Amino acid sequence: MTPLLVALGAAVGAPCRFLLATRLDGRWHRGTFVANVAGSFLLGLFSALALSDHAAALLGTGFCGGFTTYSSFAVQTHGLGRRRGAAYAVATIVVALGACALGWTVGQA
Amino acid sequence: MLAVAIGGSLGALLRWWLTDLFPSDPDDFPWATFAINVTGSFLLALLPALTAVRRSRTLAVGLGPGLLGGYTTLSAYSEQTRALLDHGRTATAGLYLLGTLAACLVAVAIADHWSTLAQRGDFEAEGGDE
Repeated sequence: MTPLLVALGAAVGAPCRFLLATRLDGRWHRGTFVANVAGSFLLGLFSALALSDHAAALLGTGFCGGFTTYSSFAVQTHGLGRRRGAAYAVATIVVALGACALGWTVGQA
Repeated sequence: MLAVAIGGSLGALLRWWLTDLFPSDPDDFPWATFAINVTGSFLLALLPALTAVRRSRTLAVGLGPGLLGGYTTLSAYSEQTRALLDHGRTATAGLYLLGTLAACLVAVAIADHWSTLAQRGDFEAEGGDE
């Protein structure tokens, strides 16, 4: 059951990210940035809510994992060159971590 | 869009299987996720070198934003770092946060040797790096 839920969550999450990226990515990768930040917020929230194993597989490992991406983030960072790449990397990591902490706090409230 | 969904499902399954096989304690360095993100970044940067991928947009988005996007994760990376900081494991959190980024960027730089700038441009135009 668990693998099926992981696959199902990612089957929704990955196309959502792709849609955001193809619509919003331009000179800056705004779509990928938004997906990574929003997915980190949601995973922080879900972790605080202590979901059942099935719900965590579907929403956490599946949806949030499929919605966010490190591979595109790394390739995009490298492609932006030294200065813009550094700005993109720092912005993504700091804002995503902050969003995750915010989600965790909201979930515990 | 279907290719992204199918690829994403397979990638997430592979990630789930690997993290299940090599579980890490919440207070330890998350090695499985680290390895997943580094190998996934390397493979994504390698895709433009493949002629078949540059010729087919379906293959490019199915393997890039699909398979490797679903395989790698930034949400778990954020949550693991947050949990490490929350447990007072500041040094491990910092090492994981910066170590993953550095290792992934090195992996991408190495993989870039197998493709030309023009080939990477074609791959980007297909939406392969989204």
